[in-house]
Amino acid sequence: MAQIAMVMNLDKCIGCHTCSVTCKQTWTNRAGTEYVWFNNVETRPGQGYPRGYEDQDRWKGGWRLAHGRLVPRAGGRVRRLARLFANPELPLLDDYYQPWTYDYDNLTTAPLGDDVPTAPPRSLVDGRPMAVTWGPNWDDDLGGGPGHLAGDPVLRKIGDDVRLQYEQSFMFYLPRICEHCLNPSCVAACPSGALYKRVEDGIVLVDQDRCRGWRMCVTGCPYKKVYFNHQTGKAEKCTMCYPRVEAGEPTVCSETCVGRLRYLGVMLYDADRVGEAASVPREEDLYPAQLGCFLDPGDPAVASAAEASGIPHDWVEAARRSPVYSLISRYRVALPLHPEYRTMPMVWYVPPLSPIVDALAETGHDGEEVGNLFGAIESLRIPLGYLAGLFTAGDIAPVEAALRRLAAMRAHMRRLNLGEDADPAIAARVDMEPAQIERMYRLLALAKYDE
Amino acid sequence: MFKRRFRGPVEQAAATAAERLLQAGRLLHRAETTPDLRALYRTDQGVNDAPYRERWAHDRVVRSTHGVNCTGSCSWKVYVKDGLITWETQQTDYPSVGPDRPEYEPRGCPRGAAFSWYTYSPTRVRYPHARGVLVEMYREARTRLGDPVAAWAEITTDPAKRRRYQSARGKGGLVRIGWDEALEIAAAAHVHTIRTYGPDRVAGFSPIPAMSMASHAVGARFMSLIGAPMLSFYDWYADLPIASPQVFGDQTDVPESADWWDAAYLLLWGSNVPVTRTPDAHWMAEARYRGQKVIVVSPDYSDATKFADEWLHPHPGTDAAVAMAMGHVILTECFVRRRVPYFADYVKRFTDLPFLVTLREREDGGYAQGKFVTAADAGLGADEGADEGAAWRPVLVDARRDVPVVPGGTLGDRWDENRAGRWTLDLGDVDPLLSLYGEDAESVEVVLPRFDDPSGVVRRGVPVRRVAGQVVTTVFDLLLAQYGVARPGLPGRWPAGYDDPSLPCTPAWQEQITSVPARQVTRIAREFATTAEKTGGRAMIVMGAGTNHWFHSDTIYRSFLSLLLLTGCQGVNGGGWAHYVGQEKVRPFTGWQQMATAADWVRPSRQMAGTPYWYLHTCQWRYESFSAGALSSPAGPGLFSGRHTVDLLAQSARLGWMPSYPTFSANPLTLGERARASGRDPARWVAGEVAAGRLGFACEDPDAPRNWPRVLTVWRANLIGSSAKGNEYFLRHLLGAQDGASAQEAPPDARPRDVAWRDDAPSGKLDLLLALDFRMTSTTLFADLVLPAATWYEKHDLSSTDLHPYVHAFSPAISPPWQARTDFEIFHGLARKLGELAAGRLDVAYDLVATALQHDTPAETAQPGGRVPDWREAGHPAEPGRNLPAFSLVERDYTAIADKLGTFGPLAEKLGMTVKGVTVRPGPEAAWLAARCGRAETGPAAGRPLLDTDVKLCEAILALSGTTNGRIAAEGLAALDHRCGTSSKLAELGASVAERRTVFSDTQDRPVFAGTSFEWSGKEAPDRRYAPFTINVEHGKPWHTLTGRQHFYLDHDWIAELGEQLPVYRPPLDLAALGESGQGASGDGRSVRVRYLTPHSKWSIHSEYQENLLMQTLARGGPVIWISVPDAEAIGVADNDWIEAVNVNGVVVARAVVSHRIPQGTVFMYHVQERLVNVPKSQATGRRGGVHNALTKLLIKPSHLIGGYGQLCFAPNYYGPTGNQRDAVTVVRRRSQEVSY
Repeated sequence: MAQIAMVMNLDKCIGCHTCSVTCKQTWTNRAGTEYVWFNNVETRPGQGYPRGYEDQDRWKGGWRLAHGRLVPRAGGRVRRLARLFANPELPLLDDYYQPWTYDYDNLTTAPLGDDVPTAPPRSLVDGRPMAVTWGPNWDDDLGGGPGHLAGDPVLRKIGDDVRLQYEQSFMFYLPRICEHCLNPSCVAACPSGALYKRVEDGIVLVDQDRCRGWRMCVTGCPYKKVYFNHQTGKAEKCTMCYPRVEAGEPTVCSETCVGRLRYLGVMLYDADRVGEAASVPREEDLYPAQLGCFLDPGDPAVASAAEASGIPHDWVEAARRSPVYSLISRYRVALPLHPEYRTMPMVWYVPPLSPIVDALAETGHDGEEVGNLFGAIESLRIPLGYLAGLFTAGDIAPVEAALRRLAAMRAHMRRLNLGEDADPAIAARVDMEPAQIERMYRLLALAKYDE
Repeated sequence: MFKRRFRGPVEQAAATAAERLLQAGRLLHRAETTPDLRALYRTDQGVNDAPYRERWAHDRVVRSTHGVNCTGSCSWKVYVKDGLITWETQQTDYPSVGPDRPEYEPRGCPRGAAFSWYTYSPTRVRYPHARGVLVEMYREARTRLGDPVAAWAEITTDPAKRRRYQSARGKGGLVRIGWDEALEIAAAAHVHTIRTYGPDRVAGFSPIPAMSMASHAVGARFMSLIGAPMLSFYDWYADLPIASPQVFGDQTDVPESADWWDAAYLLLWGSNVPVTRTPDAHWMAEARYRGQKVIVVSPDYSDATKFADEWLHPHPGTDAAVAMAMGHVILTECFVRRRVPYFADYVKRFTDLPFLVTLREREDGGYAQGKFVTAADAGLGADEGADEGAAWRPVLVDARRDVPVVPGGTLGDRWDENRAGRWTLDLGDVDPLLSLYGEDAESVEVVLPRFDDPSGVVRRGVPVRRVAGQVVTTVFDLLLAQYGVARPGLPGRWPAGYDDPSLPCTPAWQEQITSVPARQVTRIAREFATTAEKTGGRAMIVMGAGTNHWFHSDTIYRSFLSLLLLTGCQGVNGGGWAHYVGQEKVRPFTGWQQMATAADWVRPSRQMAGTPYWYLHTCQWRYESFSAGALSSPAGPGLFSGRHTVDLLAQSARLGWMPSYPTFSANPLTLGERARASGRDPARWVAGEVAAGRLGFACEDPDAPRNWPRVLTVWRANLIGSSAKGNEYFLRHLLGAQDGASAQEAPPDARPRDVAWRDDAPSGKLDLLLALDFRMTSTTLFADLVLPAATWYEKHDLSSTDLHPYVHAFSPAISPPWQARTDFEIFHGLARKLGELAAGRLDVAYDLVATALQHDTPAETAQPGGRVPDWREAGHPAEPGRNLPAFSLVERDYTAIADKLGTFGPLAEKLGMTVKGVTVRPGPEAAWLAARCGRAETGPAAGRPLLDTDVKLCEAILALSGTTNGRIAAEGLAALDHRCGTSSKLAELGASVAERRTVFSDTQDRPVFAGTSFEWSGKEAPDRRYAPFTINVEHGKPWHTLTGRQHFYLDHDWIAELGEQLPVYRPPLDLAALGESGQGASGDGRSVRVRYLTPHSKWSIHSEYQENLLMQTLARGGPVIWISVPDAEAIGVADNDWIEAVNVNGVVVARAVVSHRIPQGTVFMYHVQERLVNVPKSQATGRRGGVHNALTKLLIKPSHLIGGYGQLCFAPNYYGPTGNQRDAVTVVRRRSQEVSY
């Protein structure tokens, strides 16, 4: 089958939140969705939005394996039906944030008084004066400090709080939309059959007519990317901008991404393999298992089978040229977000490089020097374990391999940039050909719209 | 449909049953199910996905952009549905910059994407508003007197009435009024002020024209026509890097961001590119993939640091020490131990390093750094006959012949028509000698200042020889001494090696100051230089406000620039400085300038340096109790000792260095009449009056009511909430409003000598603060009149920037809603009203206009030798345009202002348009404009081309500029060719662009490339990225400096007094030692004393627009101060606690953001957190907490006041004191968590 998938290159993300704003302006600046950000950007380490959403012990999102079978972590149908009217695993508004506005009118209409007018905050939900104590991006740029950031579920897992000190600081940004999973637990959780995954492109949507507002999908989604519109009483979520995608335009978040880090493309996959892949016992095996579901669009047999199964020719062609496929399967630099949720997410990420740690600053550890190429990866500020906690269920090897390929690309290109001869040994050390490395460079660096 | 599974034994059974059911279902349904029964495919059900399709539907998309003072200049799609603006996304149709590099699109940031919120926001100014008490009094007086001007006069001169409305400023009480009445009040204020006090008591403030040229120009044009000064902004914002005019003789010229791609090594120094240059940041991310190495220097773990290969975090304000140590390494390894041929060749041709400098023997036996040796000193060129220019032709030694020679291209070759063709860097057969060092060279010890140590000086030897009886050395030899780079045999104190911490400027020395490891600095210096050597100068330093907003920013920047000049990086694609702090680029410069200064109708205009204006008129000088001598070099002559900075400011004004408005203690219209009546040359007449002491300068008695500024119009700006350093002094003295400052005035023994001290400090100098805006700001809250302006999505205009090579249009997506009007329409309305009221009151008047000695004009050669020829002292007769300002008599018909505002005047064709010393005549363009725009049929401007719409004004700007009109560019480049000689091939360059032409509709279609022009120093083309000074390097065109080269050395007397002849490390100001600090209002509890930095915010639209709801939601919902973990712990503050920051200048109330990203001892309060949203009352004062600038106060660096000398000359936004604010310190404490608004 065919799926629209996205890769975000976190190494290029500047954390500007333009995607969040354009998405919100386009889709969710309405009554009932004030607190909703289909697209948000999180500083990591950080608790994210809604806070601590990655803590599935608490929120029970995604799937777990029971007796070799996938079951929703929130429990089976019986348990969920029993909780229809009181679901403790549902984030409250305060976990997202209490949306607010200000008494702006005061600035213009304040009568002559004894001080400068100001506009105090006021709740957008109930209109009452409020104190702002939480927001959708509260820990932006490490705001909140160690006390707060220690609540990051991923950081907790690796138990590295040393890196929350000034000299050891690290951070990067994680933009998030709906994962449009191959094995979506939100769809499984819906008692009304309102959530569906489109056959033609894999986009997961809520049928606004069928939705009865049970909110099981909110619990079911481990990424907390299904939201409850408190005005209409129905669930809403990222639509992958289907009205645009259907017209051949990229999603709003992709088109407006100033960091030029979002890649959209078609992935062909074998739907029959998904269930099995999502059920492999070891969580670390989920990433390779998901890779195993993808079909090589360059394989003529795959292409003809795809067309035979009704996938239009231009989609098969798009899959063949898909930058997403290249980054995920050919170059293996993109990784899934939290594969351990077993939903088979389809928004993948290139992990970020980061500066070397201060301890090495005196002598230097130049990643662009071939001799140091891989030593430098180990000296990066972002702990590999942290990235592995996000992308590979804790397995450091694939993260390290992706970072090595990025580093090798830089080392290879630096020689060309300085007018020196290419050194094929660099590519060889990451199991690539120089020409392949240059193709990857073109994809990651130039990122032309029309390519 | 997905199969559900159950757990537990019972559930297991149920699951099995369910599975069977589904199995059965599989047979029953027509739809397909996966073999593992995980998924069911249904195509038989309809779904309702219409709501999102409807949501996405819109009626049209309009191209516009944001006219804010942001350098982004991003082209946007504005979506309109049912006649309403819905949202915006970035345009993606920029012409390609090449197949082998990334593109510019999508340009735009979250702040831009959030802009449409303002269109219908509750903070939108929908109608004209006025201060209620003022309107009441005005209406009463107007009715009683029957005359708007008389009514205004009465209210503003009756002390009780004046106090009544001034003290109401900033306290609410605005009322809605009609447009006619609003314009009448404004016009009456202007007419009354011009008649009673003079046009130089009116002023206009509107910054950054590039981001909406027509909206800026129409107001500035109005001001210029009535004779009101326009106040500069770039220097006032402290964004102007004073080092740029000092080193390059250029305001600021920087690479477009696509040129970062060309760099092989990138230092981001004090610049947080992802936040402040968001749409450009991707170039940095992408260039790394091309193998660029990135070093970030920043005290905090900033957004930019994320991209770095290495992070250096020197203590705030000590960056120059890092750079000096890097220079030490580069000089040692690339010039002394080994000589890199590329570097040596570059510095000989393009810098002043080979030029000769005199050394003067001091009483203590050492030598002092002196002046450049000129042809006049050396007796060279005498065969050509005595000419004044000889004093402007510095000298170097030709290595081939070993004699001093005068190279071409110095300032003495620039203006003299007899020397046309000789203003060139082409050295012919001359090989400049860099160093006089040699086996048998004589040497002397030079006394060099050091500011890092109480010893104050260090003595080091330089090789010398004697020329015309003077002891001389080269700038290069002095530079090695300054950087502590030893050579065998030279006397003096030299460091033993890189690891010697005892003497400047070794890596170990800097480590003590900055905390950056010495070995790291050494290694990075080497990498930088090696990359530059391998790539022919493709190493770049992006420098930002973190290093530029300091009091000593010029010395910091010069230490950076030295690294680039020594390694041949400047004037090379992919190399050089990239100063990104509030810089802008009006690419169609000539046309904009003609329009904005109304030079097509009247010359000269009044252009005022912002910082001295506010320093004087907000009385901040009264709180300064240290002598300017406190800043002097221990090795200096003591010129400043015992003098107050305001005395130096007054001296600068009377010598013609800096402009000064109001100029005289009399109405310039009266002076004009008297000058005419005298029958003498007006300039001579004024000089006589001044020299005789019959006419005083207003700046020498700034607090006298006749010398106050009276009417100020602010548009496209938020003066009070954004840029007003010393905010509380603005409120107290300029506006007469309440304030929160507690500073003491200077005690009697610390007061100025030449400037009058009035015991009663003025409160409320300004009669009228007029603000044009579309939203409520701190400025509109304090304004007397608020006029509702159109937003950027509601008008036609033009935008350009230096960060990309395009010019593109604003277009109205909707008409201005409610009663909003465009700036264009408002100023035209005001001009018409003013004309009506002027009839019978002003009519035709003669205005005596004083102007400073201006850069890029022959006046830059007024004061040879860079001395201080004060006519108040013996031996210096007062001479206008030499050691006095220049004076002109200008005829103004105040009844014809509107006619002239809306037409293209005749002077551009008659006298030409002069930009950076090049004059072009727009005859064909005037004819074209007449054909395109029509001609005025009647009135004083009859027959002239019409500029009566914003579109026509945009057409004029494009038609009259070289970057958008190749004919103009070609004419200008041909004129330059004439000066620089045919070997420059500048005429050929001009011919290559002559056919290019851009009209307004082109810019509406899609962004259009600007072309190469004499207006800028770099070349550009669709296949060539813009880098500054490439014309200089590739065509041998001199820089606009004394030597015609890039300067390491500055020899003006005042520079020498400060000990800054060469780059030097100066620490941040010790405010306590200067008597500038203090606790302010007292409070309870624990407190910390911290450095108070105000970098650019991530969540406000550039330096304004903080109250946008989307941005506040993504931030913390109100003002915050970022504080380090240890500092927060010290005062018991948790994240999001309310805190107060207090010093003598004011009080800020904010929430704390505790973060380990911030270094101990420093807090960040991001720029422009105003009082608008969520600011409670202060516990310390009981009054509303202040803006971010409540804790700052202006301090002027005297060297920024220099003028009349080469590149050290005034031009608006080119040279002038900066409103620096980085040296501030404050006390922070936790406050009661109960707040009230």
